[in-house]
Amino acid sequence: MNLFHYANVFFSDNANWSGADGIPTRLWEHVQYTLMALGIAGVIGLPLGLVTGHTGRGGNALALVATAARALPSFGLLVLLTVLMGLGLTPVMVPLVALAVPPMLVTTYEAIRSVDRSLVDAARGMGMGPLRVMFQVELPVALPLILSGIRSSAVQIVSTATIAAYVSFGGLGRYIVDGLYQVDYNKVVGGAVLVAALAVVTLGVFWVAGRVLVSPGVRRQQR
Amino acid sequence: MGGFFDIPSDLQASWWGLIGLHLEEALVPVLFGLLIALPLAQLCARFRWLYPPMLGITTVLYALPSLAFIVLLINWTGLSTTTVEIPLTIYSLVVLIPAIVDGVRSVPEETHAAATAMGFGPIRRYIQVELPIAVPAIFAGLRVATVSSISLVSVGALIGNEGGLGNLLSDALHYHRPILAWNSVLTTAVLAILIDGLLVLLRRLLTPWAVR
Repeated sequence: MNLFHYANVFFSDNANWSGADGIPTRLWEHVQYTLMALGIAGVIGLPLGLVTGHTGRGGNALALVATAARALPSFGLLVLLTVLMGLGLTPVMVPLVALAVPPMLVTTYEAIRSVDRSLVDAARGMGMGPLRVMFQVELPVALPLILSGIRSSAVQIVSTATIAAYVSFGGLGRYIVDGLYQVDYNKVVGGAVLVAALAVVTLGVFWVAGRVLVSPGVRRQQR
Repeated sequence: MGGFFDIPSDLQASWWGLIGLHLEEALVPVLFGLLIALPLAQLCARFRWLYPPMLGITTVLYALPSLAFIVLLINWTGLSTTTVEIPLTIYSLVVLIPAIVDGVRSVPEETHAAATAMGFGPIRRYIQVELPIAVPAIFAGLRVATVSSISLVSVGALIGNEGGLGNLLSDALHYHRPILAWNSVLTTAVLAILIDGLLVLLRRLLTPWAVR
């Protein structure tokens, strides 16, 4: 008995490919949780990182917030909020957002800080105001690093969104949690393979996004 | 019964006992991670072409959900702490390898040459020159790895009481005692921040020359 055998049994069972507990449904649920958490975390983390990076103030405070957020156990937060608030989407989203904000915030801050000062000075000299410097110079130049921050957040959300199943929600975690309780190893392995695959697809999406969004000049410089 | 420190008897440990278990399960992986990462990172720093594929492999391994990783390992290592510690070791590599590579690469060429000129062999040069200079960068990685490891251990509770302080979480659900969940989350967070502080102190002791 090896992993390939378990995965093979799971994926070749037609019953797993349709219905409310089918792979397409669970996959879509998982993607929805991921996008929602990533969206909320982005709304919090990206502007904060941009502004603090631009002004260069608050770096220490950011590091402290990031450490504190990292120290909070996702799984613990999930159970605590569920016990306090009952079953709902908020107890699922809070730990995912708390997990995703630190990488985005810290990398965005660092990325903007590391933009060549002479570029910023040149932009100022050309008469650009602070907003134009931020959006037309700092943001495009820092974009590859910022994207890498969002990427690590996204991958962590994809792999952690499995815990939603522990408090009655769907997503690919359903297979892992149910399989564990039903001692159905095929299900567990199938779920794990699907989550890992989704994470790899996420990496691919960000690679493509980097190709499309990063200006060719910046990309050439990176090499 | 029902107070903050009243641990249900099914966990067979006191509050301090859980903290001990938790720390062991979190720190042993980081230690092993460091022992594995040091030679690997040295290889990556020496042979540059090795670094991108190494980063790729560790990133994909990092993408495996801890829950699934742990459950898959039950097949080989059973319901034991080892099952929790193996994924944590691998996750720590993802943070430690880039940190050490950056640290070792940050050693100035002159320093390198000076050490060689003073008759240092490659091993002595590595231990007495490169490693100390890389300490700040290594510790930056070590801090992130340690804090994440401490907060991840709790997932072990899902495979039956292998999650240190996380074991309080399943009890909080079973007995409907929110205070146990509070205890678990707060203790874990405080523990992570304390250990992080200890690492900062240790780095200061190891790098007395650093500008504060």
